[in-house]
Amino acid sequence: MTLPENVVAHLQEVLRAPDPPGERYMLHEPVGQGGMGTVYRASDRALGRDVAVKVLRGDVADAEAAVRLEREARILARLEHPGIVPVHDVGTLRDGRVYYVMKLVRGQRLQDFARGAGRSDVLRVVLRVCETVGFAHAHGVVHRDLKPANIMVGAFGEVLVLDWGIARVVGVGPAPDCTVPPPSPVSSQEAAAPPRDPETAPGTVLGTPGFMAPEQARGQPGLVDARTDVYGLGAILRAVVVGDTDGRDVPRPLAAIWTRAVSPEPGARYPSAADLASDITRFLDGQPVTAYREPFTERAGRLFRKYQTAIILVLTYLAVRLLFLVMRGF
Amino acid sequence: MPLTGGRTGGRAFPTTRRSVIDATRDENADVRRAAFDALVAAYWRSVYTHLRLKWRAQPADAEDLAQEFFARAMARGFFDGYDPARARFRTFLRTCVDRFAANARRGERRLKRGGGAAPLALDFVAAERELAAATAGAAPEADSDAWFDREWVRSLFAEAVAELRAASMGTPHEIRFVVFERHDLAPAAGTPRPSYRALGDEFGLPVTQVTNHLAWARRELRRLVLDRLRALSGSDAEFRAEAEDLFGVRIP
Repeated sequence: MTLPENVVAHLQEVLRAPDPPGERYMLHEPVGQGGMGTVYRASDRALGRDVAVKVLRGDVADAEAAVRLEREARILARLEHPGIVPVHDVGTLRDGRVYYVMKLVRGQRLQDFARGAGRSDVLRVVLRVCETVGFAHAHGVVHRDLKPANIMVGAFGEVLVLDWGIARVVGVGPAPDCTVPPPSPVSSQEAAAPPRDPETAPGTVLGTPGFMAPEQARGQPGLVDARTDVYGLGAILRAVVVGDTDGRDVPRPLAAIWTRAVSPEPGARYPSAADLASDITRFLDGQPVTAYREPFTERAGRLFRKYQTAIILVLTYLAVRLLFLVMRGF
Repeated sequence: MPLTGGRTGGRAFPTTRRSVIDATRDENADVRRAAFDALVAAYWRSVYTHLRLKWRAQPADAEDLAQEFFARAMARGFFDGYDPARARFRTFLRTCVDRFAANARRGERRLKRGGGAAPLALDFVAAERELAAATAGAAPEADSDAWFDREWVRSLFAEAVAELRAASMGTPHEIRFVVFERHDLAPAAGTPRPSYRALGDEFGLPVTQVTNHLAWARRELRRLVLDRLRALSGSDAEFRAEAEDLFGVRIP
């Protein structure tokens, strides 16, 4: 018998899909690809629902990568938050590769969402990302690979931070004002026997250029803390606000927010994602932001824009009143 | 149900653990013949396509050359000198074909079709038709080595599917193969595959059962392809490399 080209191509694709042991999961097409793993849509036949299965890519499937994927699954499992995809299961394929099963999320990547959304909507999404990252920091986890491609905006407005593959569990940051506390009590077992962290080796550089803090790009894991993610958040903010434009129409306070967030020196950045979020909220509310000292004229202009309606009403009232007095006088 | 070692469209496939290439040097003539048949089944399309594209042989000439090549390979032990440490068997075989074609072209040998052996029953007409369709619009100097590999992969899958079919039909697994055939094998290029729900309605099965059947068939097919790959490889290292190329994963 012979097989047409399209059938051979299809068979190669479906047979390339990993084959989890047992009968529970059946993998379908790939829905995402990262530096370490490929995410497949899959059927969970036990519960009759679609799920996503992340499997180590065949070309990176070594012992270190397996440890890293297991760590990612464990980190995700302990971060229960609406902005973080829940993990359902973890296992090993017949060929030895580690995989984990998570909720299947559908939506747009942030860069795509930003192209069709207004600035305030985009800023509110970034705020949600800040909240999620702040939650992770509160549990001692630094993401280390924040970028628009790792942010999913769902059809119902949900905002999810994806790909925690190079996330790192950290202790108290080096700076006294760093808000990252020690790992939460649920990690006591890990604290007793911490998983080997392949990313901690000095000189190892993992991350995405353009969104990676300088201390991370230099391969200085000892300097990585919450402010490393603040840098990534600032880079995201800049990327989605400026987009494909030259950025000339961006208000100075907004530009000042990301400028502070992406300061080369960690100490010059916002100390936490929550502080960054506060400044974005202030900007959205028309209030002065901490990152920018306003000249008097700009302040007056901002206040005018903020209270425009009330000011116009008062001025109109005064003008009418004046006109009335003048007419009576004559 | 054991599927390994079934028949492939009427052709027996030799033991899947021993290399077919080793078996071509066996003392037992029947073993040698079976191994040779397996090699022909796996490679004749590649050889024919290679002769058509690289050597620009006319269809009838390419057919004669392919027949002659395999006949002489069997009679004169072309593959005896294969050294797995030096190259993949596929590369070695392609080199053999090139030398054979070059000699034939120079007229250094008078080709007697089949060297007196009965011609192999190979469907060259279908191969030519598919080649014409596949290369329509392609540049004449299209990479013949890539075509050689492509045809080899196609044969590998075709033979494995035939074996799966033979092992399933008439058994309790028949419905599994039929569902697999409808979903994965039947759709023509450009037409959408039937949804799991549509297949369930067609066969009176719940969707979960459709996915179960597909999973079973794909798993069996993967195993059969890998078994064939192992048998057609000259060494374990070659098998692993081929499997990684084909499926993108390392074999444990």
